[in-house]
Amino acid sequence: MKKRDVPQDKSNLESTQSKELCYAVNEKGEYTTAHSSGWEPKTIALDNAIAEINARIENARQNVIRNKTSPLAYYMEVHKMDVPILASYVGMWQWRVKRHFKPKVFAKLSNKILQKYADVFEITIEELKEIKHGD
Amino acid sequence: MEINFTHHQSAHCENGVVSNLMKHNGFNVSEPMVFGIGSGLLYCYLPFLKVNHAPAITYRAMPGAIFKRFAKRVGVKIQHEKFKSPAKAKARLDQNLKNNNPVGLQVGVYNLVYFPDEYRFHFNAHNLVVYGKEGDHYLISDPVMETVTTLTEKQLEKVRFAKGALAPKGHIYYPKAFPEKLDLEKAIIKGIKHTCKDMLAPVPIIGVKGIKMVARLIRKWPKKHGVKKANHYLGQIVRMQEEIGTGGGGFRYIFAAFLQESSKILKNEKLAELSEEMTVIGDLWRDFALDASRIYRNRKAKMDAYNDVASQLETIADKERAFFKTLRKAV
Repeated sequence: MKKRDVPQDKSNLESTQSKELCYAVNEKGEYTTAHSSGWEPKTIALDNAIAEINARIENARQNVIRNKTSPLAYYMEVHKMDVPILASYVGMWQWRVKRHFKPKVFAKLSNKILQKYADVFEITIEELKEIKHGD
Repeated sequence: MEINFTHHQSAHCENGVVSNLMKHNGFNVSEPMVFGIGSGLLYCYLPFLKVNHAPAITYRAMPGAIFKRFAKRVGVKIQHEKFKSPAKAKARLDQNLKNNNPVGLQVGVYNLVYFPDEYRFHFNAHNLVVYGKEGDHYLISDPVMETVTTLTEKQLEKVRFAKGALAPKGHIYYPKAFPEKLDLEKAIIKGIKHTCKDMLAPVPIIGVKGIKMVARLIRKWPKKHGVKKANHYLGQIVRMQEEIGTGGGGFRYIFAAFLQESSKILKNEKLAELSEEMTVIGDLWRDFALDASRIYRNRKAKMDAYNDVASQLETIADKERAFFKTLRKAV
């Protein structure tokens, strides 16, 4: 890439007022570094991934409202986790975490176990039992 | 306490940490040099590892491998430690800072509060340097950031003990013994040979063959998974390729910079020519990312569009095969 072609597109980096460093060739053909504020294809890909996640969060939220799954599944999506990641944070087997996604099983969980989940999501047990339905 | 440490921004975190720690200890080694000698360039398709619900592709060596190979090849000894207890991990960090020794840490990205939200995923092999502490705040030199930053004790503990794949377990590392003079010539040749071997490996998912395999899969995705999932997968490829300034094109440019620098050190003209060739290949990777991103932006993409980008990838694979064969002979 030529140094003058280093992309200066709008991106999410703006929020931190930071720029990325990349390697590019100057007029003499020598490698040098340049700052980039972002590149559109990358931003589109990232936005795409975020949209996917938001769709999964919404889907999980609906499932909680319809009592098809416990709020754990919703909070897992909010924290961009999947079952293996959540299981390793709470130090339980994956099948156990999956079981806790069943509303009936979830309702009977002890406070000790609920506290483990609440700590991972940095919320209280009360918040863990309720998800915000309104917004 | 603050150690007199100079922060240099880099394109990639592991190269950056190594280069910055070496510079701090009086050895002027550039980021591309670290990347090349550490044989950082790789391509590997990992269908069994899912990232954000899509198969993963890595464009670089395993986390930690670059530093390990670099150190071994130039004769630097590194101290590594992992911990079960956060308290012990913190004590060891504080002890090093007290001894005026900046250290590298492996951390999880998800809780790095100074990153934009959109960049915070559960990826556990990010690297940064801690170079001091002021009150409750650790002074952080994160090589991909333009300037230095800070994290509180609690925030740092969280990222050091992130869970999931590649959990860092408080991983702390720093160079502790150096040779009188770095023997770069031999190290460069070893680094190059290793990268050629990796990229030309006779394994279906690694190197040039891995690129070909992904190209074949891209042709099949829309029929096999439907357009929505195919687009998600394709988007994921671009993201893994281009996130934070590295990936497909970015790593090729760093490698090209390494070849250019090496050409002078080894007085080998052929390497300078190959550097130019690698730059052209890097541009092709970027063209691929651009065209792939167009597909999932206009959701109703035609089948042809998938075949087009797949063909682009195949061209890249052919060019890289020829490139690494020539490079192998050039050193």
